[in-house]
This record gives sequence, structure tokens and C-alpha cells, in this order.
Amino acid sequence: MDSIADMGGVLGYGPASRPMADEPPFAEPWEGRAFAMTVLAMGRISGRNLDAFRHALERLSPLDYLADGYYGRWLNAAELMLVESAVLAPGAVDTRVRRDRGEDVAEPAFPEPRKPEYAPSAPGSLREVADPPRLAVGQAVVTADVHPRGPSKLPAYLRRRRGTVTAVRPAHVLPDTHGVFVGENPQQVYTVGFDSAELWGPDAEPFRLHADLFDSYLAAVTGTEDS
Amino acid sequence: MTERLSPAERTAALESLLVERELVDPSVMDGFIGRYERDVGPMNGARVVATAWTDPSYLEWLRKDATAAIADLGFSGPQGEHMVVLEQTDEVHHVVVCTLCSCYPWPVLGLPPSWYKDPAYRSRVVREPRAVLAEMGCPLPDDVGIQVWDSSAEVRYLVVPQRPAGTEELGVDELAPLVTRDAMVGVARL
Repeated sequence: MDSIADMGGVLGYGPASRPMADEPPFAEPWEGRAFAMTVLAMGRISGRNLDAFRHALERLSPLDYLADGYYGRWLNAAELMLVESAVLAPGAVDTRVRRDRGEDVAEPAFPEPRKPEYAPSAPGSLREVADPPRLAVGQAVVTADVHPRGPSKLPAYLRRRRGTVTAVRPAHVLPDTHGVFVGENPQQVYTVGFDSAELWGPDAEPFRLHADLFDSYLAAVTGTEDS
Repeated sequence: MTERLSPAERTAALESLLVERELVDPSVMDGFIGRYERDVGPMNGARVVATAWTDPSYLEWLRKDATAAIADLGFSGPQGEHMVVLEQTDEVHHVVVCTLCSCYPWPVLGLPPSWYKDPAYRSRVVREPRAVLAEMGCPLPDDVGIQVWDSSAEVRYLVVPQRPAGTEELGVDELAPLVTRDAMVGVARL
């Protein structure tokens, strides 16, 4: 989806931070609670549909995505999914905070849950597909011209770009449909290599960029490889 | 604009609501948090790397089927369904990112560190990796080529750093503590 979550190539976030040795997994106790609660609650409402959770993350407003960091966005995405499946009423979390502060507020009643229809065909994201891989290592490809309003794992900076298949990976469930509960539609995944000048122009730092892309994002092109 | 409630307060509120609905059990949450604080972290990946450094047949297995080779040391689970290793050399430096979220190989490295989740890293390492690595304390010689890996599906990458000089006599137990998280993502060299 064209969203705050699709960050590749965006400028304005400042310099990268220096790693700290022995950084703990959770900077503050609430981060660990938000992490565990999100993983467990997602299991209850969506059968661990990770793609649906990622789609909830990318549907957050930029402020809700960024303001409280990684576990803040997990918390906000979990709340979004819980409200959408009517496990919680809209505003229930904020009202509970105010009640916990001692304010005299009426809490909304728990609604009748409307969980999405969801039955994964197997655990995890990898699946077998009947057809052999359509593309071979070394095949020149061009990525799709898409402007998705729903989930997609084709980052904006890799759309309409020429690259070369560098590895054939196992088939995965397709996030574009799986993430909105309309089917797994597993597809072959390929690692595709791009020359940096194809992505960022002739003055780019020289390097190779590899990304893991679904079959339907790629069209084979004839002719020479991209570099 | 309405007041932004703190994430600590909102987390506590959500927990109390889900406990009332009997959707989460705080003791299960405690166990889950403890697992990622104590048992699942970069010491697992360090074990994989140190084993690869000392056992050529294990390295060969890692190259052919990293998922199985890593599981053989006891490391598997969510965010490690299909593992691939990338080997640093004198000529090539690999660095891993997830521009779309913060996908990371949990079974071998644990939960991602703050810099990996930082928009500054996610946005720019796919555009000017040499500059970003220098900012992070990992300047690379001009003759080292850079390969950036955007984990945009469910493949998860583990970088195998080069074995430091002068460690030829050491075994797995002595080598593993030398292997850092940052080197296994590719933002540091050993």
C-alpha cells in the first residue's frame, strides 16, 4: 500500500543511529507487554494472519505509526484490528485509560465480536504450488506498475524497475489477498537484484539491491541483463 | 487536537480489557516476554556463525539449506521459516534491511534492535548504504562492493561475518562471544 510504512528511499528522517552494544529487547516494560499482547491477541482474532497485522500497521496515520516507535505502532495496529473485528468498542482503550486515571467516564459496552472468516491451509507463510517456477536465475525482469490501496509487498521504490532474478525462493501466501482475508493464493517468490543506478539514477552510490518479490509483480523482458 | 495518551497507559488499558474478555492471560504474556529477553537472541546466531567458521561441512550445509542447518542447532520458529546466509568476504559486504516493516530473523537474532526499526535506517540504507554504514560506525573501503538485501517477503537473512585474524586456535565456545548482532545484520565488521 502507498503508506507511511513503505519507507525505502524516503529522505528526512535524519542520520542513522549508532548501534548500542547489549541493547535490551524492550527499552521500557510497556514495550514487552505490547509485544506479547499483540502476538497473543492476534492469534485470537485472526489465526496469526501476519499479513493482516502488517496491513493494519500500514493503515495507521503517520502520527500513530511514528509517535511511539515500533511497539507503539504494534499497539495501535492491534487496537485497530480488535476494533474492526468488534472485540473492542471504538474508543474503549482511551476510555479505560481515563477511568484508570480516576476520571468519571462511562465505558462502552463490549460489542458482539465479528471476527473475519479465516482458516489457514497450513501454519506459517510457505506453501507448495503445482506449477514449476516461471522464471529462472539470470532472467531479466521488470517490476509492475501498481499503485496499491491494499496490501502489497512490492515497495514503491522498486516499481517499474528492471532487474535480474538472482534466486528462486519457496512459494508464499500472497499478502495482497491473504492480508485482507480473501485467500492465500500462494505464488513463487524470487530474489531480484537491481543496479543502484536503475533505482536512484546515474549519480547513485554503486551497489546492488536485492529484494524478494512475488511472481505477479514481475514480467520477463528479453534482451540483456540490467548490468 | 486531543491529548495523546501515553503508550504505557494505553498498553495497561488494553491489557486489562483483553484480560476481562479472557483473550490474554498475563502469565502467558510474562512467559513470552521472558523467552525473548533470555532465550532467543543474537547468542543463537553467534553459535551458528562460530560453528560455520570451525566446521566446513556445516558451512556447506548452511549454504545449501540454511533453515535445516540452523534448526539442527536448535533454532527455529516464527520469522525464521526460510533462512538464507550471506557470507562477508574481502570484496563483498552484505547488509540487511526491511523497508516495509522491520522483518528480522527472530530465531537467530531475537527481536530487532532500535536502529533496525528506525525510519532513518529503513529509508536510506537502500539508497545510500555506504553513507549510512559510515554514520553507524562501519566505514567501508572503496574497493569493497555493497549488496543490500531488502527482506520484502518471508525469506530471512543471516550475515556470516569474516572470522577475525588470530582466532585460528579457538573453538566454537570461544568464538561465539566474538560474534556481534550488528555484524550478523551487516552494519559492523569484526
